[in-house]
Amino acid sequence: MGDIAAVAPAEQGKRRRIRRENGRRAFWRYRWLYLFMVPGILYYLIYHYVPMLGLVVAFQDYNLLKGIAGSPWVGLDNFRTVFSSPDFPVLMKNTLLLSVYRIVFNMLPDLVLALMLNEIRVRWFKKTVQTLTYGPHFLSWIIVYGLVYAFFAPGSGLVTTFMRDMGWTPVDVMTNSSVFRPMLILTEIWKSTGYGAIIYLAALANINQELYEAAAIDGAGRWRQMWNVTLPGIRDVFILMLILRLGHILDAGFEQVYIFLNVRVYDVGDILDTWIFRRGIEQMQFSVPAAVGVFKSLIGLVLVLGANKIAKKLGGSGIW
Amino acid sequence: MPVLFKKSWSDRLVDGGIYAILAFFGLLTLFPLYYVVIVSFTPYTEVLRNGGFLLVPRTFTLDAFKVIFTSGVVPRALGVTLSVTLLGTALNLLVTTLLAYSLSKKFLPGRNVVLMGIVFTMLFSGGLIPTFLTVKMTGLMNTIWALIIPGLVSTFNMLIMKTYFEGLPQEVEEAAKVDGCGDVATLAKIVLPLSMPIMATLGLFYGVTHWNAYFPGIMYLNDRSLYPLQVVLRNMIITPSVSQELAVPQTQLSALPPESIKMATVVVAIVPVLVVYPFLQKYFIKGMLIGAVKG
Repeated sequence: MGDIAAVAPAEQGKRRRIRRENGRRAFWRYRWLYLFMVPGILYYLIYHYVPMLGLVVAFQDYNLLKGIAGSPWVGLDNFRTVFSSPDFPVLMKNTLLLSVYRIVFNMLPDLVLALMLNEIRVRWFKKTVQTLTYGPHFLSWIIVYGLVYAFFAPGSGLVTTFMRDMGWTPVDVMTNSSVFRPMLILTEIWKSTGYGAIIYLAALANINQELYEAAAIDGAGRWRQMWNVTLPGIRDVFILMLILRLGHILDAGFEQVYIFLNVRVYDVGDILDTWIFRRGIEQMQFSVPAAVGVFKSLIGLVLVLGANKIAKKLGGSGIW
Repeated sequence: MPVLFKKSWSDRLVDGGIYAILAFFGLLTLFPLYYVVIVSFTPYTEVLRNGGFLLVPRTFTLDAFKVIFTSGVVPRALGVTLSVTLLGTALNLLVTTLLAYSLSKKFLPGRNVVLMGIVFTMLFSGGLIPTFLTVKMTGLMNTIWALIIPGLVSTFNMLIMKTYFEGLPQEVEEAAKVDGCGDVATLAKIVLPLSMPIMATLGLFYGVTHWNAYFPGIMYLNDRSLYPLQVVLRNMIITPSVSQELAVPQTQLSALPPESIKMATVVVAIVPVLVVYPFLQKYFIKGMLIGAVKG
């Protein structure tokens, strides 16, 4: 279409008219398909894009009665308040620590479980272990909280009464700062390791079997085959999961943390989202928490885009 | 991994270790669930006599369940959660299907713009506060719609369904068009019957999400009579006074210790998930993998 500039203006006008005509005809031809999209598009506009615009309250002294239109603009004041607050370094530290723990201690068990299941030749055994370990993924965190209560409640939990009967001092894992973070990580391992292994099992199943045969002919044993064939075969999936987790590094698993959190473990368990939730939803102060929200969303976006770029540079496929 | 190396003595040892670890992890997963079920059905005096630990109870009681089911609070919460799960899942599937079907048509002008707009919401979001304000603004506060509308479409599920539709044979749909079927009839009569596996998978995903939902309840509801099951359950677990939480007089609880009642409520929340789990398991791996192909 390099000759478009050469055609006469009248001809151009005609082409434009035809295109518009075609567009209108296409719209009419596909009217039902467009209509099908309307409820979904409305949903995304109202409950995803309006909240993005709603982030402007971070730059206001927002008042629920006055609304966004009536509330005064305060520039970056809310951000100054956040970053100079003595709470902020603690919240950041708790959030990042918990996220890093999760990346290390939850991603690796997923991988290890998949590798172990992959070694199993007895089908019924493999299937049984999978059935058991996937299950807890579908239970709510409230139920897991109930289970932790059943085992560790002071005075009545299975483990606490056992420790007391043995003459030891029972530890209340729900309110003890030194074990709160490990408790979060361990319950997450219990709940989601089985499910997390699925994606790696799928990748393992896709590895070309001839690679193993070739490695075996070259004299590679179990560990060499794992190092040279298995691990490279699931590298891309691992990196993909890592990128996705990096994007959520400032979330640190809000749902679980909020449900387990109580005043006595704020020093180690209070993260950005639980703080936002308390200030915003419980105390009805919106602007400062929204500023933290803006900070979180921006960092998340930058991390995903950055990690994706790095993954691609290193020769992987990235997310897109 | 196929067995392409000669199993040496140490290889067998490693194999044994793997079996042992997996068996242990499997039992570790099962045990807490087994334990709460046992405790909820056993008289607490017997639980205590065994030091809190018993694998096979000798006596059986439904007392704890009688109390929670006659209390009014738990049955009402069950009713709310059940309605939200049924109505919510139906709406989830309807809107998701319509959107995913249109977006699966690669020839549709404007499709890419919509798709990019939707995928972007996975990368960037307004976050907690603006979402809360939007729900408030749209008048959903203190209605059960607040538990349904703000999560109407899960982007992940929608993309899974879109990928599934793209994999259906287009010739069948084209043949239907030639025979005079419009888009509505094609979707309803041709595509839907071919899509039952994916409908089951996503229906179960959405259903379990509704059943387990906690945050919409505490964020958007003040009216206690609308509280869903998970909210009531958490309040029950942390409360020092079960009778107050259940709004029944202490005398009616008679000798029942709060632990039995708490565990019985946990069991009530677990059982439906356990019941649908075999169906879930049949479908969800397939569903996950369809989604993972495209991401």
